Amino acid sequence: MDHWIVHRQTRGRIGREMKFINEFRNAGLARAVAAEIEAIAPRDKRYKIMEICGGHTHTIYRHGIKDLLPDRVEMIHGPGCPVCVLPMGRVDDGIAIAERPEVILTCFGDMMRVPGSKGTLLEVKARGADVRMVYSPLDALRLARENPAREVVFYAIGFETTAPSTALTLMRAKKEGVKNFTVFCNHVTIVPPLRALLESPELKLDGFIGPGHVSTVVGCKLYQFICTEYGKPIVVAGFEPLDLIQSILMVVRQLTQGRCEVENQYTRSVPWEGNLQALKCMDKVFEVRPYFEWRGLGFIAQSALKLSREYAEFDSEIRFDTPSVRVADPTSCQCGEVLKGVLKPRQCRVFGTRCTPEHPLGALMVSSEGACAAYFNFGRKVTDREMDRMTDREKVGV
Amino acid sequence: MCLAIPGRIVEMVDADLQLAKVEVGGVRRNINVGLLEDDCLQIGDWVLIHVGFAMSKIDEQEAARTLDALEEIGAAYRQELEDLRESCID
Repeated sequence: MDHWIVHRQTRGRIGREMKFINEFRNAGLARAVAAEIEAIAPRDKRYKIMEICGGHTHTIYRHGIKDLLPDRVEMIHGPGCPVCVLPMGRVDDGIAIAERPEVILTCFGDMMRVPGSKGTLLEVKARGADVRMVYSPLDALRLARENPAREVVFYAIGFETTAPSTALTLMRAKKEGVKNFTVFCNHVTIVPPLRALLESPELKLDGFIGPGHVSTVVGCKLYQFICTEYGKPIVVAGFEPLDLIQSILMVVRQLTQGRCEVENQYTRSVPWEGNLQALKCMDKVFEVRPYFEWRGLGFIAQSALKLSREYAEFDSEIRFDTPSVRVADPTSCQCGEVLKGVLKPRQCRVFGTRCTPEHPLGALMVSSEGACAAYFNFGRKVTDREMDRMTDREKVGV
Repeated sequence: MCLAIPGRIVEMVDADLQLAKVEVGGVRRNINVGLLEDDCLQIGDWVLIHVGFAMSKIDEQEAARTLDALEEIGAAYRQELEDLRESCID
Protein backbone atom coordinates (compact mmCIF):
# COMPACT_ATOMS: atom_id res chain seq x y z
CA MET A 1 0.00 0.00 0.00
CA ASP A 2 2.94 2.32 -0.65
CA HIS A 3 1.08 4.37 -3.19
CA TRP A 4 -1.62 5.12 -0.70
CA ILE A 5 0.89 6.48 1.78
CA VAL A 6 2.47 8.72 -0.84
CA HIS A 7 -0.94 9.93 -1.86
CA ARG A 8 -1.69 10.94 1.70
CA GLN A 9 1.54 12.89 1.83
CA THR A 10 1.08 14.69 -1.47
CA ARG A 11 -2.50 15.71 -1.17
CA GLY A 12 -2.01 18.52 1.34
CA ARG A 13 -1.41 21.21 -1.25
CA ILE A 14 -4.33 20.13 -3.35
CA GLY A 15 -6.43 19.75 -0.25
CA ARG A 16 -6.79 23.53 0.02
CA GLU A 17 -9.40 23.40 -2.71
CA MET A 18 -11.51 20.86 -0.94
CA LYS A 19 -15.05 21.75 -0.23
CA PHE A 20 -17.61 19.59 1.44
CA ILE A 21 -21.23 19.01 1.96
CA ASN A 22 -21.87 21.75 4.51
CA GLU A 23 -20.77 24.37 1.99
CA PHE A 24 -23.25 23.89 -0.82
CA ARG A 25 -26.66 25.45 -1.03
CA ASN A 26 -29.55 23.27 0.10
CA ALA A 27 -27.17 21.02 2.03
CA GLY A 28 -29.89 20.58 4.68
CA LEU A 29 -32.36 19.45 2.05
CA ALA A 30 -29.77 17.08 0.62
CA ARG A 31 -29.34 15.51 4.06
CA ALA A 32 -33.08 14.99 4.30
CA VAL A 33 -33.08 13.24 0.91
CA ALA A 34 -30.11 11.13 2.04
CA ALA A 35 -32.04 10.15 5.18
CA GLU A 36 -34.87 8.93 2.98
CA ILE A 37 -32.44 6.82 0.95
CA GLU A 38 -31.16 5.35 4.22
CA ALA A 39 -34.73 4.65 5.31
CA ILE A 40 -35.94 2.91 2.15
CA ALA A 41 -32.84 1.01 0.92
CA PRO A 42 -33.19 -2.59 2.17
CA ARG A 43 -30.48 -3.50 4.69
CA ASP A 44 -29.87 -6.90 3.17
CA LYS A 45 -29.18 -5.57 -0.33
CA ARG A 46 -26.34 -3.71 -1.94
CA TYR A 47 -27.10 -1.38 -4.85
CA LYS A 48 -24.52 -0.43 -7.45
CA ILE A 49 -25.57 2.71 -9.32
CA MET A 50 -23.50 4.13 -12.16
CA GLU A 51 -23.35 7.85 -12.81
CA ILE A 52 -22.57 7.99 -16.51
CA CYS A 53 -21.40 11.59 -16.78
CA GLY A 54 -17.96 12.86 -15.75
CA GLY A 55 -19.52 16.12 -14.57
CA HIS A 56 -21.62 14.12 -12.11
CA THR A 57 -18.53 12.23 -10.92
CA HIS A 58 -16.89 15.57 -10.23
CA THR A 59 -19.91 16.84 -8.28
CA ILE A 60 -20.11 13.62 -6.24
CA TYR A 61 -16.54 14.08 -5.02
CA ARG A 62 -16.45 17.85 -4.93
CA HIS A 63 -19.44 17.99 -2.61
CA GLY A 64 -18.90 14.79 -0.67
CA ILE A 65 -22.17 13.24 -1.88
CA LYS A 66 -20.74 9.79 -1.23
CA ASP A 67 -20.40 10.66 2.42
CA LEU A 68 -24.14 11.15 2.65
CA LEU A 69 -25.05 7.80 1.17
CA PRO A 70 -25.39 4.61 3.17
CA ASP A 71 -22.63 2.07 2.52
CA ARG A 72 -25.07 -0.24 0.77
CA VAL A 73 -25.67 2.32 -2.00
CA GLU A 74 -22.46 2.40 -4.02
CA MET A 75 -21.73 4.83 -6.85
CA ILE A 76 -19.78 3.46 -9.84
CA HIS A 77 -18.18 6.02 -12.14
CA GLY A 78 -19.08 5.68 -15.78
CA PRO A 79 -17.38 6.36 -19.12
CA GLY A 80 -18.89 9.80 -19.71
CA CYS A 81 -15.74 11.90 -19.87
CA PRO A 82 -14.80 12.22 -23.56
CA VAL A 83 -11.19 13.16 -22.80
CA CYS A 84 -10.78 10.11 -20.60
CA VAL A 85 -11.99 7.53 -23.11
CA LEU A 86 -9.84 8.73 -26.01
CA PRO A 87 -7.31 6.01 -26.88
CA MET A 88 -3.60 6.78 -27.16
CA GLY A 89 -3.47 6.05 -30.89
CA ARG A 90 -5.89 8.89 -31.60
CA VAL A 91 -3.77 11.30 -29.52
CA ASP A 92 -0.72 10.19 -31.54
CA ASP A 93 -2.62 10.84 -34.78
CA GLY A 94 -3.47 14.36 -33.61
CA ILE A 95 0.17 14.96 -32.74
CA ALA A 96 1.29 13.72 -36.18
CA ILE A 97 -1.07 16.24 -37.80
CA ALA A 98 0.11 19.02 -35.47
CA GLU A 99 3.74 18.37 -36.40
CA ARG A 100 3.12 19.26 -40.06
CA PRO A 101 4.58 22.73 -40.70
CA GLU A 102 1.54 24.00 -42.60
CA VAL A 103 -0.89 23.05 -39.83
CA ILE A 104 -2.41 25.06 -37.01
CA LEU A 105 -3.98 22.43 -34.75
CA THR A 106 -6.79 23.74 -32.53
CA CYS A 107 -8.38 21.95 -29.59
CA PHE A 108 -10.17 22.45 -26.28
CA GLY A 109 -7.94 23.08 -23.26
CA ASP A 110 -8.55 19.64 -21.70
CA MET A 111 -7.17 17.92 -24.77
CA MET A 112 -3.72 19.52 -24.48
CA ARG A 113 -2.57 17.32 -21.60
CA VAL A 114 -3.93 13.93 -22.67
CA PRO A 115 -0.97 11.55 -22.97
CA GLY A 116 -0.39 9.66 -26.20
CA SER A 117 2.45 7.20 -26.64
CA LYS A 118 4.81 10.01 -27.65
CA GLY A 119 3.75 12.72 -25.25
CA THR A 120 1.01 15.34 -25.26
CA LEU A 121 -0.09 18.13 -27.57
CA LEU A 122 1.28 20.57 -25.00
CA GLU A 123 4.73 19.00 -25.34
CA VAL A 124 4.59 19.11 -29.15
CA LYS A 125 3.64 22.76 -28.87
CA ALA A 126 6.68 23.38 -26.66
CA ARG A 127 8.79 21.76 -29.38
CA GLY A 128 7.53 24.30 -31.91
CA ALA A 129 4.31 22.91 -33.36
CA ASP A 130 1.50 25.43 -33.80
CA VAL A 131 -1.09 24.10 -31.36
CA ARG A 132 -3.71 26.54 -30.11
CA MET A 133 -6.44 26.21 -27.54
CA VAL A 134 -9.86 27.40 -28.64
CA TYR A 135 -13.09 27.88 -26.72
CA SER A 136 -15.32 26.97 -29.64
CA PRO A 137 -15.01 25.21 -33.02
CA LEU A 138 -16.23 28.52 -34.46
CA ASP A 139 -13.02 30.12 -33.13
CA ALA A 140 -11.08 27.48 -35.08
CA LEU A 141 -13.03 28.34 -38.23
CA ARG A 142 -12.24 32.03 -37.69
CA LEU A 143 -8.53 31.16 -37.44
CA ALA A 144 -8.82 29.40 -40.81
CA ARG A 145 -10.31 32.52 -42.39
CA GLU A 146 -7.57 34.67 -40.83
CA ASN A 147 -4.76 32.34 -41.96
CA PRO A 148 -5.57 31.42 -45.56
CA ALA A 149 -2.02 30.15 -46.21
CA ARG A 150 -2.21 27.63 -43.34
CA GLU A 151 -4.21 24.44 -42.79
CA VAL A 152 -6.36 24.81 -39.68
CA VAL A 153 -7.41 21.55 -38.06
CA PHE A 154 -9.96 21.29 -35.25
CA TYR A 155 -9.39 18.31 -32.95
CA ALA A 156 -13.03 17.45 -32.22
CA ILE A 157 -13.91 15.42 -29.14
CA GLY A 158 -17.05 14.97 -27.12
CA PHE A 159 -20.34 13.14 -26.90
CA GLU A 160 -23.61 14.35 -28.40
CA THR A 161 -23.31 17.42 -26.15
CA THR A 162 -20.52 18.80 -28.32
CA ALA A 163 -21.03 17.07 -31.69
CA PRO A 164 -23.84 19.43 -32.84
CA SER A 165 -21.46 22.39 -32.39
CA THR A 166 -18.91 20.75 -34.70
CA ALA A 167 -21.72 19.95 -37.16
CA LEU A 168 -22.95 23.56 -37.30
CA THR A 169 -19.38 24.83 -37.66
CA LEU A 170 -18.83 22.51 -40.64
CA MET A 171 -22.12 23.55 -42.21
CA ARG A 172 -20.95 27.13 -42.03
CA ALA A 173 -17.48 26.27 -43.41
CA LYS A 174 -19.13 24.56 -46.37
CA LYS A 175 -21.50 27.46 -46.99
CA GLU A 176 -18.60 29.91 -46.95
CA GLY A 177 -16.38 27.65 -49.06
CA VAL A 178 -13.51 27.68 -46.56
CA LYS A 179 -10.88 25.39 -48.07
CA ASN A 180 -8.17 25.37 -45.40
CA PHE A 181 -10.28 24.04 -42.52
CA THR A 182 -10.69 20.38 -41.55
CA VAL A 183 -11.91 18.45 -38.52
CA PHE A 184 -10.15 15.50 -36.91
CA CYS A 185 -13.31 13.85 -35.71
CA ASN A 186 -13.28 11.91 -32.44
CA HIS A 187 -16.91 12.40 -31.47
CA VAL A 188 -18.42 9.46 -29.64
CA THR A 189 -21.98 8.47 -28.82
CA ILE A 190 -23.42 7.63 -25.43
CA VAL A 191 -25.54 4.54 -26.01
CA PRO A 192 -22.99 1.95 -27.33
CA PRO A 193 -20.65 2.11 -24.30
CA LEU A 194 -23.66 1.77 -21.98
CA ARG A 195 -24.71 -1.32 -23.88
CA ALA A 196 -21.14 -2.65 -23.67
CA LEU A 197 -21.12 -2.08 -19.90
CA LEU A 198 -24.51 -3.73 -19.50
CA GLU A 199 -23.23 -6.76 -21.44
CA SER A 200 -20.02 -6.92 -19.37
CA PRO A 201 -19.98 -9.99 -17.14
CA GLU A 202 -17.59 -8.29 -14.68
CA LEU A 203 -19.96 -5.54 -13.75
CA LYS A 204 -23.34 -6.01 -12.18
CA LEU A 205 -25.08 -2.67 -12.13
CA ASP A 206 -28.49 -2.07 -10.56
CA GLY A 207 -29.30 1.30 -12.06
CA PHE A 208 -28.05 4.45 -13.75
CA ILE A 209 -27.89 8.20 -13.25
CA GLY A 210 -28.27 9.58 -16.78
CA PRO A 211 -26.19 12.50 -18.05
CA GLY A 212 -27.77 15.97 -18.09
CA HIS A 213 -26.19 17.89 -20.93
CA VAL A 214 -25.95 14.99 -23.38
CA SER A 215 -29.62 14.38 -22.76
CA THR A 216 -30.59 17.96 -23.69
CA VAL A 217 -29.51 16.85 -27.19
CA VAL A 218 -30.45 13.16 -27.35
CA GLY A 219 -33.48 13.33 -25.02
CA CYS A 220 -34.60 10.67 -22.55
CA LYS A 221 -36.31 8.42 -25.06
CA LEU A 222 -32.99 6.98 -26.18
CA TYR A 223 -32.40 5.29 -22.81
CA GLN A 224 -35.53 3.15 -22.91
CA PHE A 225 -33.51 0.09 -23.98
CA ILE A 226 -31.86 0.08 -20.54
CA CYS A 227 -35.27 -0.63 -19.01
CA THR A 228 -36.87 -2.76 -21.72
CA GLU A 229 -33.87 -4.92 -22.67
CA TYR A 230 -31.88 -4.99 -19.44
CA GLY A 231 -34.50 -4.35 -16.77
CA LYS A 232 -32.57 -1.52 -15.07
CA PRO A 233 -33.86 1.92 -14.00
CA ILE A 234 -32.29 5.17 -15.15
CA VAL A 235 -32.88 8.72 -13.91
CA VAL A 236 -31.58 11.67 -15.95
CA ALA A 237 -30.09 14.17 -13.47
CA GLY A 238 -29.19 17.86 -13.27
CA PHE A 239 -25.82 19.10 -12.07
CA GLU A 240 -26.44 20.56 -8.65
CA PRO A 241 -25.55 18.38 -5.67
CA LEU A 242 -29.22 18.34 -4.68
CA ASP A 243 -30.20 17.19 -8.20
CA LEU A 244 -27.84 14.29 -7.90
CA ILE A 245 -28.91 13.07 -4.53
CA GLN A 246 -32.57 13.40 -5.50
CA SER A 247 -31.86 11.32 -8.59
CA ILE A 248 -30.12 8.66 -6.53
CA LEU A 249 -33.23 8.53 -4.34
CA MET A 250 -35.39 8.15 -7.47
CA VAL A 251 -33.27 5.19 -8.64
CA VAL A 252 -33.35 3.54 -5.20
CA ARG A 253 -37.11 4.08 -5.01
CA GLN A 254 -37.60 2.38 -8.38
CA LEU A 255 -35.44 -0.53 -7.22
CA THR A 256 -37.32 -1.00 -3.96
CA GLN A 257 -40.67 -0.77 -5.74
CA GLY A 258 -39.57 -3.21 -8.45
CA ARG A 259 -40.02 -0.63 -11.20
CA CYS A 260 -37.63 0.10 -14.05
CA GLU A 261 -38.34 3.25 -16.02
CA VAL A 262 -36.62 6.20 -17.63
CA GLU A 263 -37.31 9.08 -15.24
CA ASN A 264 -36.30 12.68 -15.79
CA GLN A 265 -35.19 14.64 -12.74
CA TYR A 266 -33.73 17.40 -14.95
CA THR A 267 -37.01 18.43 -16.64
CA ARG A 268 -35.83 22.04 -16.36
CA SER A 269 -33.51 21.47 -19.31
CA VAL A 270 -34.04 18.01 -20.81
CA PRO A 271 -36.94 17.34 -23.20
CA TRP A 272 -38.13 13.76 -23.74
CA GLU A 273 -37.45 13.89 -27.49
CA GLY A 274 -34.16 15.81 -27.27
CA ASN A 275 -33.16 18.73 -29.49
CA LEU A 276 -34.47 17.77 -32.93
CA GLN A 277 -32.64 20.59 -34.67
CA ALA A 278 -29.31 19.41 -33.22
CA LEU A 279 -30.01 15.79 -34.14
CA LYS A 280 -30.92 16.84 -37.71
CA CYS A 281 -27.62 18.75 -38.11
CA MET A 282 -25.64 15.77 -36.77
CA ASP A 283 -27.38 13.44 -39.23
CA LYS A 284 -26.38 15.66 -42.11
CA VAL A 285 -22.71 16.14 -41.20
CA PHE A 286 -21.76 12.82 -39.57
CA GLU A 287 -22.12 9.13 -40.16
CA VAL A 288 -21.55 6.32 -37.68
CA ARG A 289 -18.16 4.59 -37.76
CA PRO A 290 -18.35 0.79 -37.95
CA TYR A 291 -16.25 0.62 -34.80
CA PHE A 292 -14.08 2.86 -32.60
CA GLU A 293 -11.62 2.19 -29.83
CA TRP A 294 -12.37 3.43 -26.31
CA ARG A 295 -9.58 3.70 -23.79
CA GLY A 296 -10.06 0.94 -21.29
CA LEU A 297 -13.16 -0.48 -22.97
CA GLY A 298 -11.62 -1.66 -26.25
CA PHE A 299 -13.36 -1.56 -29.62
CA ILE A 300 -17.08 -0.83 -29.53
CA ALA A 301 -19.20 -1.21 -32.66
CA GLN A 302 -20.95 1.89 -34.03
CA SER A 303 -19.87 3.99 -31.09
CA ALA A 304 -18.35 7.02 -32.81
CA LEU A 305 -18.92 9.50 -35.61
CA LYS A 306 -16.97 10.44 -38.69
CA LEU A 307 -17.72 13.04 -41.34
CA SER A 308 -20.34 12.03 -43.87
CA ARG A 309 -19.59 11.75 -47.59
CA GLU A 310 -21.13 15.16 -48.14
CA TYR A 311 -18.53 16.64 -45.76
CA ALA A 312 -15.55 14.41 -46.68
CA GLU A 313 -13.61 17.42 -48.02
CA PHE A 314 -13.40 18.66 -44.40
CA ASP A 315 -12.11 15.39 -42.98
CA SER A 316 -8.55 15.68 -41.60
CA GLU A 317 -8.13 11.92 -41.85
CA ILE A 318 -8.62 12.14 -45.61
CA ARG A 319 -6.57 15.29 -46.12
CA PHE A 320 -3.56 14.20 -44.05
CA ASP A 321 -1.74 10.94 -43.56
CA THR A 322 -2.00 9.78 -39.97
CA PRO A 323 -0.19 6.80 -38.41
CA SER A 324 -3.57 5.30 -37.38
CA VAL A 325 -1.75 2.79 -35.23
CA ARG A 326 -3.46 1.20 -32.28
CA VAL A 327 -1.38 1.79 -29.15
CA ALA A 328 -2.02 -0.28 -26.05
CA ASP A 329 -2.39 1.57 -22.76
CA PRO A 330 0.68 1.41 -20.49
CA THR A 331 0.59 -1.89 -18.64
CA SER A 332 0.98 -0.17 -15.27
CA CYS A 333 -2.11 1.93 -15.93
CA GLN A 334 -5.47 0.48 -14.88
CA CYS A 335 -7.80 3.10 -16.37
CA GLY A 336 -9.75 0.33 -18.07
CA GLU A 337 -10.70 -1.42 -14.86
CA VAL A 338 -11.58 1.90 -13.24
CA LEU A 339 -13.70 2.89 -16.26
CA LYS A 340 -15.57 -0.38 -16.00
CA GLY A 341 -16.09 0.20 -12.30
CA VAL A 342 -14.19 -2.98 -11.41
CA LEU A 343 -11.53 -1.03 -9.49
CA LYS A 344 -11.83 2.14 -7.46
CA PRO A 345 -9.36 4.84 -8.55
CA ARG A 346 -7.23 4.44 -5.43
CA GLN A 347 -6.99 0.71 -6.08
CA CYS A 348 -5.03 1.35 -9.31
CA ARG A 349 -1.39 0.45 -8.78
CA VAL A 350 -0.07 3.84 -9.97
CA PHE A 351 -2.76 6.10 -8.44
CA GLY A 352 -1.20 9.03 -6.60
CA THR A 353 2.35 7.86 -7.22
CA ARG A 354 3.33 7.72 -10.88
CA CYS A 355 -0.04 9.06 -11.93
CA THR A 356 -1.13 12.43 -10.49
CA PRO A 357 -3.07 15.42 -11.89
CA GLU A 358 0.27 17.21 -12.47
CA HIS A 359 1.79 14.21 -14.27
CA PRO A 360 -1.05 12.05 -15.53
CA LEU A 361 -0.18 8.62 -16.86
CA GLY A 362 -3.74 7.61 -17.58
CA ALA A 363 -6.50 9.68 -19.09
CA LEU A 364 -8.75 9.46 -16.01
CA MET A 365 -6.25 11.66 -14.19
CA VAL A 366 -6.17 14.34 -16.91
CA SER A 367 -9.57 15.91 -16.96
CA SER A 368 -11.14 17.33 -13.82
CA GLU A 369 -14.14 15.20 -14.81
CA GLY A 370 -12.09 12.00 -14.78
CA ALA A 371 -12.82 9.69 -11.86
CA CYS A 372 -9.17 9.53 -10.74
CA ALA A 373 -8.60 13.30 -10.78
CA ALA A 374 -11.85 13.82 -8.85
CA TYR A 375 -10.81 11.18 -6.32
CA PHE A 376 -7.33 12.65 -5.99
CA ASN A 377 -8.53 16.22 -5.53
CA PHE A 378 -11.60 15.78 -3.40
CA GLY A 379 -11.91 12.21 -2.28
CA ARG A 380 -10.04 12.33 1.00
CA LYS A 381 -12.96 12.04 3.38
CA VAL A 382 -14.49 9.29 1.33
CA THR A 383 -11.29 7.36 0.88
CA ASP A 384 -10.39 7.54 4.57
CA ARG A 385 -13.75 6.06 5.47
CA GLU A 386 -13.57 3.49 2.71
CA MET A 387 -10.01 2.53 3.57
CA ASP A 388 -11.19 1.59 7.05
CA ARG A 389 -13.65 -0.81 5.52
CA MET A 390 -11.34 -2.31 2.92
CA THR A 391 -9.35 -5.47 3.25
CA ASP A 392 -5.56 -5.29 2.92
CA ARG A 393 -5.83 -7.06 -0.40
CA GLU A 394 -8.15 -4.37 -1.72
CA LYS A 395 -5.92 -1.62 -0.40
CA VAL A 396 -3.05 -2.60 -2.67
CA GLY A 397 -5.36 -2.85 -5.64
CA VAL A 398 -4.90 -6.48 -6.57
CA MET B 1 -14.89 20.82 -21.30
CA CYS B 2 -18.38 19.65 -20.55
CA LEU B 3 -19.52 22.71 -18.64
CA ALA B 4 -22.53 24.59 -19.86
CA ILE B 5 -22.89 28.10 -18.52
CA PRO B 6 -25.95 30.36 -18.47
CA GLY B 7 -25.89 33.61 -20.41
CA ARG B 8 -28.52 36.26 -21.15
CA ILE B 9 -29.10 37.39 -24.72
CA VAL B 10 -28.45 41.12 -25.06
CA GLU B 11 -28.42 41.53 -28.83
CA MET B 12 -29.35 39.67 -31.98
CA VAL B 13 -26.21 40.14 -34.07
CA ASP B 14 -26.84 38.34 -37.37
CA ALA B 15 -29.94 36.35 -38.25
CA ASP B 16 -28.31 34.67 -41.27
CA LEU B 17 -25.28 33.51 -39.33
CA GLN B 18 -27.48 32.76 -36.30
CA LEU B 19 -25.30 34.85 -34.02
CA ALA B 20 -26.43 36.52 -30.79
CA LYS B 21 -24.52 38.48 -28.20
CA VAL B 22 -24.80 37.16 -24.66
CA GLU B 23 -23.67 38.45 -21.31
CA VAL B 24 -21.98 35.89 -19.09
CA GLY B 25 -20.47 36.86 -15.77
CA GLY B 26 -19.98 40.46 -16.93
CA VAL B 27 -18.42 39.41 -20.27
CA ARG B 28 -20.20 40.00 -23.58
CA ARG B 29 -19.45 37.59 -26.40
CA ASN B 30 -21.07 36.31 -29.56
CA ILE B 31 -22.48 32.80 -29.60
CA ASN B 32 -24.32 30.71 -32.16
CA VAL B 33 -28.02 30.12 -31.50
CA GLY B 34 -28.69 27.85 -34.51
CA LEU B 35 -29.52 24.83 -32.34
CA LEU B 36 -32.45 26.71 -30.79
CA GLU B 37 -34.14 27.81 -34.02
CA ASP B 38 -37.46 26.43 -32.82
CA ASP B 39 -37.35 28.37 -29.53
CA CYS B 40 -37.79 31.82 -31.15
CA LEU B 41 -35.19 33.40 -28.86
CA GLN B 42 -35.55 37.04 -27.87
CA ILE B 43 -33.43 39.65 -26.15
CA GLY B 44 -33.54 39.02 -22.40
CA ASP B 45 -33.87 35.23 -22.74
CA TRP B 46 -31.47 32.98 -20.82
CA VAL B 47 -29.68 30.12 -22.55
CA LEU B 48 -27.21 27.41 -21.50
CA ILE B 49 -24.01 27.84 -23.51
CA HIS B 50 -21.56 25.08 -24.39
CA VAL B 51 -18.45 25.69 -26.55
CA GLY B 52 -19.94 28.82 -28.09
CA PHE B 53 -23.39 27.39 -28.87
CA ALA B 54 -26.70 27.86 -27.07
CA MET B 55 -27.85 24.35 -26.10
CA SER B 56 -31.14 25.03 -24.38
CA LYS B 57 -33.36 27.87 -23.35
CA ILE B 58 -33.82 28.13 -19.60
CA ASP B 59 -35.80 30.41 -17.31
CA GLU B 60 -34.28 33.06 -15.09
CA GLN B 61 -34.69 30.99 -11.94
CA GLU B 62 -32.87 28.04 -13.50
CA ALA B 63 -30.11 30.38 -14.70
CA ALA B 64 -29.64 31.66 -11.13
CA ARG B 65 -29.57 28.11 -9.73
CA THR B 66 -27.00 27.03 -12.32
CA LEU B 67 -24.82 30.08 -11.70
CA ASP B 68 -24.84 29.36 -7.96
CA ALA B 69 -23.86 25.75 -8.61
CA LEU B 70 -21.06 26.87 -10.94
CA GLU B 71 -19.74 29.32 -8.34
CA GLU B 72 -19.53 26.39 -5.97
CA ILE B 73 -17.53 24.41 -8.52
CA GLY B 74 -14.98 27.24 -8.48
CA ALA B 75 -11.83 26.73 -10.55
CA ALA B 76 -13.39 24.91 -13.51
CA TYR B 77 -16.02 27.66 -13.89
CA ARG B 78 -13.41 30.41 -13.69
CA GLN B 79 -11.40 28.62 -16.37
CA GLU B 80 -14.48 28.34 -18.58
CA LEU B 81 -15.06 32.11 -18.24
CA GLU B 82 -11.39 32.76 -19.05
CA ASP B 83 -11.69 30.61 -22.19
CA LEU B 84 -14.88 32.40 -23.18
CA ARG B 85 -13.11 35.75 -22.80
CA GLU B 86 -10.54 34.59 -25.38
CA SER B 87 -13.30 33.64 -27.79
CA CYS B 88 -14.15 35.87 -30.75
CA ILE B 89 -16.94 34.31 -32.77
CA ASP B 90 -17.98 36.35 -35.79
